[in-house]
Amino acid sequence: MTIIKRGLSALAAGALSTALAVPAFAEPVKFDFWFGLSGDLARVVDTLCKNFNASQSDYEVVCTSQGNYDATLQNTIAAFRAGKQPTVVQVYDVGTATMMLSGAYKPADKLMEENGYKIDYSDYFPGIARYYATSKGEMLSFPFNSSTALMYWNKDAFAKIGKTEAPKTWEDVGADLKALKDAGYDCPMAINISGNESWQLMEQFSAIHNQPIATKNNGYDGLDARLEMNKTKFVQYVTDLKKWYDAGLIKIKSKDLGQDMVQAFATGTCQVIMTSVGDHGTVGKTQKEGMNWDVAELPVYAGTERKNSLVGGASLWVLSGKSDAEYKGAAAFLNFIHDPKTALFWSTNTGYIPVTKSGFEYMKANGFYDKAPFKGRETAIASLTASEPTEITRGIRLGNFTQIRAEFGTQMQAIFANKVSVQEGIDNLVKNGNAILDRFQQTYPNKTLP
Amino acid sequence: MEKRVTFGKWTIGILFAVPQLLLIFTFFYWPAGQAVYWSLTLQQPWGGGNIWVGLDNFRSILSNADYWNSITASLIFAGISTGLAMIIALVLAALTDRQLAGSRLYRVVLIWPYGIAAPALAMAFRFILAPEAGFMAVVNQFWPGFWDPGLDGADAMASIIVAFSWKYVGYNFIFFLAAFQAIPRSLIEAAAMDGSGIIRRFRDIQFPLITPTIFFLLVINITESFQDSFGIVDIMTSGGPANATNLMVYKIYSDGFRGLDYSGAAAQSIILMLLIILLTIFQFRFIERRVHYR
Repeated sequence: MTIIKRGLSALAAGALSTALAVPAFAEPVKFDFWFGLSGDLARVVDTLCKNFNASQSDYEVVCTSQGNYDATLQNTIAAFRAGKQPTVVQVYDVGTATMMLSGAYKPADKLMEENGYKIDYSDYFPGIARYYATSKGEMLSFPFNSSTALMYWNKDAFAKIGKTEAPKTWEDVGADLKALKDAGYDCPMAINISGNESWQLMEQFSAIHNQPIATKNNGYDGLDARLEMNKTKFVQYVTDLKKWYDAGLIKIKSKDLGQDMVQAFATGTCQVIMTSVGDHGTVGKTQKEGMNWDVAELPVYAGTERKNSLVGGASLWVLSGKSDAEYKGAAAFLNFIHDPKTALFWSTNTGYIPVTKSGFEYMKANGFYDKAPFKGRETAIASLTASEPTEITRGIRLGNFTQIRAEFGTQMQAIFANKVSVQEGIDNLVKNGNAILDRFQQTYPNKTLP
Repeated sequence: MEKRVTFGKWTIGILFAVPQLLLIFTFFYWPAGQAVYWSLTLQQPWGGGNIWVGLDNFRSILSNADYWNSITASLIFAGISTGLAMIIALVLAALTDRQLAGSRLYRVVLIWPYGIAAPALAMAFRFILAPEAGFMAVVNQFWPGFWDPGLDGADAMASIIVAFSWKYVGYNFIFFLAAFQAIPRSLIEAAAMDGSGIIRRFRDIQFPLITPTIFFLLVINITESFQDSFGIVDIMTSGGPANATNLMVYKIYSDGFRGLDYSGAAAQSIILMLLIILLTIFQFRFIERRVHYR
């Protein structure tokens, strides 16, 4: 019954769109794109949309910022339940598992194929593509704004302790921070544990060290995956961070306390931070006059074989329940974004990295990475492509991961406030996180990840 | 011959009440019923399969230690902030009620804080109470580590209490002042002529006469401290550190909207509603007895 109905309405829509296509000066087909970036970045997206609309006359994308990633997902769900969803929506990395089980999307690769676009999926950097692909490798959404975590270090401060390079191992980091402290720097390194820093501290660390966050290959192999970072090198890492914090080598910086870590680094207050390559532009624009700094890949523990870091950011999902004409428009839009020229525009105006090899090559050929302020951003690509992704480093596929990240913050705060020991805190994180996963699994009985 | 259309007494009553009843139904009973239904199911965020789970949501919430922490935090917050907001407002109102030069100006100044939207207020207090900027930075210079709301749960709780009370001092002040002004001057003047001092007059005449207002504000303040604290918590502490300020209303928001756990959040809002109803009943049964209505 529903199939017949759907078939009929598709037919009707098809007939309607051909009917509309006949007149020479047909109105362009409008479709909605909701995204979660705001401020400066939202203006860049708006320009991107204008460029797309100007590039052809068949379609018109209407781009609307929803403020942030959380709100975008919430509003999209509310709109979907009311049957008023946008055609294309930007969803953050950790929303991927939720999206995959929603049954509310049209697979991006199918959409492109149906509309006659040939996309070479091997052109995407594997570490980026696999985060958004099924276990069989089908791309359900297209990476849009991508980033990864880097270590930002103050060259002037390191020169004072006789170093010309960023530390490559965590053992070196410990020694360098101590030296910086002895050289009179009050805040050798800043971290934050009040928001989504699970990304830098737990997720990126675990990937680079090839340590699992959860069983079942980080959840790719089933909804019954459970957290297990209380048994990995991550425990050693938090123990070291806590030790350095107690010794005054690390300070906690967050917006709630008056200054976030990016500001603390840019003003020269703190000498080392770990944050997204997306902040590269912000540091460049707000840095203290004449300060010399650079970025490096996140360190590893001595003797570790470095693996690729994880992609952060968001991807574009096409939602179900739209007309064929709107899908044609969406396909044209995704194809436009996929273009290397768009990659150059996007990366020049934001801090995000190109997501395809051809985009990266195009930007290199254009001399993008040769001089300040963009010099150094290629480190992010090096970090993302440090190795072929393993079963563990291709991504994290866990339900309600937003709540697990919040739990991470809670337990880190308890650890740093000496309420619990490091091991106890991470055990609690695993216990509470598993309850969250358990609940997600109960909500989707008899369902499996695609 | 008198001609008259007669309605039964109740028909006309209902007729007049219909618009209001419709509104109440649409904006309260219907959503509340929806919440009850959701709390008994597991809702898939995107719609589709909803699973009937009976009281499982309540069981899992009530067996969660974090939830009990959240209840404790809410009670501490409600108790202290209501107490502060009421006592300070009462004292200020009693002082402004006297014939002082410039008391009009004081009134306006004291009423203002209530007019400030919670987010703006929270932003201001976040700045004022930041450990590395402003006044507290100076305090921290003398006693390093004295003020650290980023890691110290008690400090974080203190900051949201200060912000919330600040807002409700203004609100309470309006009511207290009106209550004081309603007391006949002759009563106080007579007492003054009998030789009683300010304290005595306040205790034996003014205080008993304003108990209805005190009672009303107590009920409102406690209810609001459970519900209206959301904006302040969200901006100042986001429920941290380590859940120290994760009040019930904030936990509902973060589980429901950020975590997309609609059923768990629905169950929590039912519990919150029951708790507020219980507290209100308690106040009417035990505290109202001491109220003197004129």
